[in-house]
Amino acid sequence: MMDKVIIKTTGLTKKYGDFTAVDNLNLEIYEGEIFGLLGPNGAGKTTTLLMLLGLTEPTEGTAEVAGCDATKETLRVKRIVGYLPDNVGFYEDMTGRENLRFTGQLNGLEPDIIEERIEKLLERVKLSDVRDKKVGTYSRGMKQRLGIADTLMKDPKIIILDEPTLGLDPEGVREMLDLITELSKKDNRTIIISSHLLHQIQKICDRVGIFVKGNLLAIGPIETLGEKVFENEPITLEIEVLPLDGKVIEMINSINGISDIKTIEGKVIIQSHVEIRKELVKLLSQNDYEIRYLKQRGRELDDIYSRYFAGKE
Amino acid sequence: MNKSGLWILYKKELADHLHSKRFFIVLFIIAITGFSSIFAAGKGIVEAIGKQESDTFVFLRLFTASDGSIPSFISFMSFLGPFVGLALGFDSINGERNRGTLSRLMAQPIARDSIINGKFLAGVTIIALMVFVLGVAIGALGIIMTGVPPTVDELFRIFTYLVLTIFYMSFWLALSQLFSILFKQTATSALAVIAVWLFLAIFLGLLINVLADFLYPLNSTSTLDIALKNSKMKLYLNRISPTTLYDETTITLLNPGVRSLGFVSQEQLIGAIPSALPFLQSLMIIWPHFVSLIAINMICFTISYIYFMKQEIRA
Repeated sequence: MMDKVIIKTTGLTKKYGDFTAVDNLNLEIYEGEIFGLLGPNGAGKTTTLLMLLGLTEPTEGTAEVAGCDATKETLRVKRIVGYLPDNVGFYEDMTGRENLRFTGQLNGLEPDIIEERIEKLLERVKLSDVRDKKVGTYSRGMKQRLGIADTLMKDPKIIILDEPTLGLDPEGVREMLDLITELSKKDNRTIIISSHLLHQIQKICDRVGIFVKGNLLAIGPIETLGEKVFENEPITLEIEVLPLDGKVIEMINSINGISDIKTIEGKVIIQSHVEIRKELVKLLSQNDYEIRYLKQRGRELDDIYSRYFAGKE
Repeated sequence: MNKSGLWILYKKELADHLHSKRFFIVLFIIAITGFSSIFAAGKGIVEAIGKQESDTFVFLRLFTASDGSIPSFISFMSFLGPFVGLALGFDSINGERNRGTLSRLMAQPIARDSIINGKFLAGVTIIALMVFVLGVAIGALGIIMTGVPPTVDELFRIFTYLVLTIFYMSFWLALSQLFSILFKQTATSALAVIAVWLFLAIFLGLLINVLADFLYPLNSTSTLDIALKNSKMKLYLNRISPTTLYDETTITLLNPGVRSLGFVSQEQLIGAIPSALPFLQSLMIIWPHFVSLIAINMICFTISYIYFMKQEIRA
């Protein structure tokens, strides 16, 4: 278990006039993990990242990055944090190599270290062939990969990626995710990814936080997230049994904790406040009923997705 | 670390300017107007030499005289100053913002102010380079045309005039940069600078005339006191405009005969010897103007600081 906290926010709040973009955020991110900050557009993800980097000041609360106050010691924070903004831009009339060199110089690196790093990083993000072409000729995917190389120029302990897969084709997304995983597992860097594309990001995150309307809805490993989000809501089970007769309904109804039961198109829909699957299966099999289908509704990531992410674009 | 950040940004901005087409367009326009005005003035001077008392300060008159068809060099510079500042600065910050490079830049361990400092200093360097190269080149052309070398006094005056021109153009650069921080769109900031330019160059003077004539109406019955107040008000309010400040300073510097920029009564003139002022005396007359020009540069810059240091940088 990774347990050393590297980023910690306490009561972090950002208001724009009456609008609260981030509301009292308490978040801990551990060293070496990939943390996914997921949420629909306008949920306050980018604002949170900006506050971590000291690019905007919190209205209230503090953000601590590797022991530094992100608002007061911005230079120290920026020395160890690499940031890839969404829609990253480069100087289009400079080559990929020149752009990276400029970043290296701004970080106060020695010239020979800069050149060495540029070669290595361009190799790593598969841009060696186009390193001396102007960035204006790069495709979106190439720019995004150059962006990763750019954040790595300072050899950061922490990398913050804002919507790194946005606008990439499926192949580009796969490459980007592989690259991010490698940065975490191989180089042992802490990575924070913000995204509204839950399906893409969930595969590689160790933990995720679901962010909706400035509030952190749930946080934890992806497997347990559904449970947390829908904690206070009834569990809905769909079951298909053979034979479907009145007796079986009665039998199911006798289980403790069931609040509602109905039959729709040959399926029995059961609502309960507690977990009853085990008991249900046992009861049915003891009485020689055949279970053809059993599914729990509304606890999957898909359901989180459709509830919070879809239709809010 | 901070200092090197500023230095690196400065070098990059300078290189960007020198490679940009915009810089060449500006240089081209300035050079064309400068040379043509000097050429016209030089021709007039050559014809007039030896005829009247026009033999004094020939070199200075190259810059101030006009043959009627082409305006003088100084009026061209006064007119084109805003254009130079505008061209070099109107998109300095919001251009980076729109291209998405600003947030990447800000994520690097450099102080925020080094970004605007570096950009401003690079712009000023470009302006200084242009002004001095042009000043020397057309001065040389003038010498060749008229055959009259400048005196030391004249050299001091021209040098001070060129420095003044740099400050004047820097003001417009600082203003353009300020607008590029305040407005998100480059077109908006460019238009804002043009609006300020037109306002100061044309409308301010008209407004002041209307206001002064309203408060101190001039007619056949108005007293001397009213007439004086009317004129004073016009004069002082017009000095709000940096263009007026610049023009008055230029005239005083390049025309040693100018002894005062305000009002002089008949009594004060009694006993005055009608001769040219030495350079330092001329400089003394316009010293407040000079300081004001530097001050408005600083005001623009201070406002830029206040906004930029607190601004949220989003892609």
